[in-house]
Amino acid sequence: MNTLTGYLRQAGTAVRFLLFATLVLGVAYPLAVFGIGQLIGPYQANGSIIKDSAGAPAASALIAQVSASDAGIQDPRWFHARPSAVKWDPASSSASNLGPNDSTLLAAVTRNRSAVAAAEGIVAAQVPADAVTASGSGLDPEISPAYARLQVPRVAAAQHLSTDTVTSLVERNTSNGIEAFLGQASVNVTALNLDVAAAAAASGPK
Amino acid sequence: MSFNIASFLIQVTALVVVLAALHRPLGVYLVHVFEGKTSTRPERLFYRLSGVDAGTEQTWPVYLRSVLVFSAVSILLVFTLQRLQGVLPGNGSLPGVDPWVAMNTAISFATNTNWQAYVPETTVGIFVQMTLLAVQNFLSAAVGIVVVVALIRGIARTGTQRLGNFWVDLARTSFRLLLPLAFVAAVVMVLGGVIQNFWPTDVTNHAAGIHQVIPGGPVASQEAIKILGTNGGGYFNANSAHPFENPTAFISLFEVFLILLIPSALPYAFGRMVGDQKQGYTVVAVMAVLWLASTALMGWGVASAQGTATAAAGGLGEGFEQRFGAAASAVFAASTTLTSTGAINVAHDSLPPLAGGVAMANMMLGEVAPGGTGSGLYGLLILSIISVFIAGLMVGRTPEYLGKKIGPTEMKLAAMYILVTPTVVLALSGITVLLPDAMANAPATGPHQFSEVLYAFTSGANNNGSAFGGITTSGPYLSAMLGLDMLLGRYLPIVLVLALAGSLARQGKIPASAGTVPTHGPLFGSLLLGVTAILTALSYFPALALGPLAEGLLK
Repeated sequence: MNTLTGYLRQAGTAVRFLLFATLVLGVAYPLAVFGIGQLIGPYQANGSIIKDSAGAPAASALIAQVSASDAGIQDPRWFHARPSAVKWDPASSSASNLGPNDSTLLAAVTRNRSAVAAAEGIVAAQVPADAVTASGSGLDPEISPAYARLQVPRVAAAQHLSTDTVTSLVERNTSNGIEAFLGQASVNVTALNLDVAAAAAASGPK
Repeated sequence: MSFNIASFLIQVTALVVVLAALHRPLGVYLVHVFEGKTSTRPERLFYRLSGVDAGTEQTWPVYLRSVLVFSAVSILLVFTLQRLQGVLPGNGSLPGVDPWVAMNTAISFATNTNWQAYVPETTVGIFVQMTLLAVQNFLSAAVGIVVVVALIRGIARTGTQRLGNFWVDLARTSFRLLLPLAFVAAVVMVLGGVIQNFWPTDVTNHAAGIHQVIPGGPVASQEAIKILGTNGGGYFNANSAHPFENPTAFISLFEVFLILLIPSALPYAFGRMVGDQKQGYTVVAVMAVLWLASTALMGWGVASAQGTATAAAGGLGEGFEQRFGAAASAVFAASTTLTSTGAINVAHDSLPPLAGGVAMANMMLGEVAPGGTGSGLYGLLILSIISVFIAGLMVGRTPEYLGKKIGPTEMKLAAMYILVTPTVVLALSGITVLLPDAMANAPATGPHQFSEVLYAFTSGANNNGSAFGGITTSGPYLSAMLGLDMLLGRYLPIVLVLALAGSLARQGKIPASAGTVPTHGPLFGSLLLGVTAILTALSYFPALALGPLAEGLLK
């Protein structure tokens, strides 16, 4: 009987402890981080939103932005992002979670390789690994510089821009320094495509 | 993508240097938190509101009862409020969570596992994430820490029944240690690109004709404690591979640092509290050697880029994020499985087979290098007792540890501790592979399918929470079995640790004699390393041989 009373008293303490701890850890703390974030890093805290020339939110610099057919074929007028297990839908996120010897994955990789080779007009052996593999999040906005270089002629032709112009835009959106060393050199496709659109608009319709 | 070995080595070195520099000041602060005699005014108010009698110390059964009752109440509350999500504010239009998934998730977060049977984006709203899951991230981490503090007090104190007051220890660990560190970490994360807001943002790329709804949420505040508390439950399904949880390679390294921060400072606090700093150094050295060896193995396994699909892709890439590349992914994968964290910045299921095997073996070490917040140190202290016993057998002396006799009672408790987790993992994995309906949830074939199941139960019982994500565990059977796995793997060891603490605290201190095996220095450190490795290998080698070793070696 004493033990039962002991348990009940402890349970009462636990409930009250949880309630008041939640006010501190689950309400005050996230709100404080929110307040500080809006004060010292509103751009990052709000999702690294890039605005277009009209000042309207156009994309998040951290999230892949892809126009693709239902079959997953990406729009040939723009730089392509990596394959995605969630069709680049920011309302979800996932890797394929297929094993390194998985036959489904093997088939997908092989299919992607020929599709990329056909889209860029190159031989299959030239296609880099990041172009044929689904990212960890499904929302990866970045690709390797090698994959970006392969896409320059196609995008330049589609946008009526010179390959030099497009190459310089690729370089402007390539990570360098500490980021490239800790991780690896990467090209942000989301930001790059917005730059390409701006350059195409500036050069006027041909 | 290629494996940048220079980057890998620099990241490992940077982590060692920074953690070595911080483990002492943080260790001193930890002692101050645990041994402080006075409460602040807000704490006194908190104790009064919660009905905590802060002046009373508890015996081990009462301390244990507090741990268990607190955990049970946490699980019930998190379960119930998830079920009521549909009628609670702040969750958008999300309905109540499925009962099996809600149960699994409640257990998962209260046990510091953070296994995610649910898909966050479509299952839980801001209110559930912020006020239930993130709060459990703090408190479950704190529970692990207070249990090791009770064990250290049991070793340090003599002739007493008292181990401290659970509620006071829990509050101090949460408010004086975790909260300030998490706050600083969250601010750094926001500056690095982790989001902290409460609304989605509509974006439109007019030129390409794309409209997107960019998700929002209090992510930085949750990410900080998820990492710092070695919890690992992501705000998003893709966890630390998601750009909003882990936007850059620098933040990724910062997250690895945070994962290791508290577990690597606890041994210093242990040394101080038992009055012999060399003890703490030996423990942390053993952790560091295991961590370095395993991280190197992980680097080797990832760099091997084994696998038929990997070869067809022309190298690593599947499941990796471009901005991290192979080296930063290997660093993260090693530390997240060597602690009980289980966050991921690369899909472990798609790692080369032997790298996936290293991830499993890391968890099978019992999460001791440096392990979860608190649980890593108590695991290694139990292994120290086993090592002392083995050394005692060799020289024919009654084993003693830090002036306490390791008699039959203590040895039974320690032996049961090291048997519990492997038994739970292997029994539940074994039962599951016999059930075709359950195995249908792991769609892979051959050894990889077995690996997915073994990984799940290893991750659950060791309270890690990472997964070979190909397995779907939201159904009733796997939700329940993994719930059981996490419960047994968390609370049976805690019962044994606190019983051991009580039994050690009661004893008087026996002076060291010529027959005492010193428990510091390279000799004992090597013995402890060997015992840890051999016990793990004996328990798990056959299972590993059927999964990752078969897949990695027979190709």
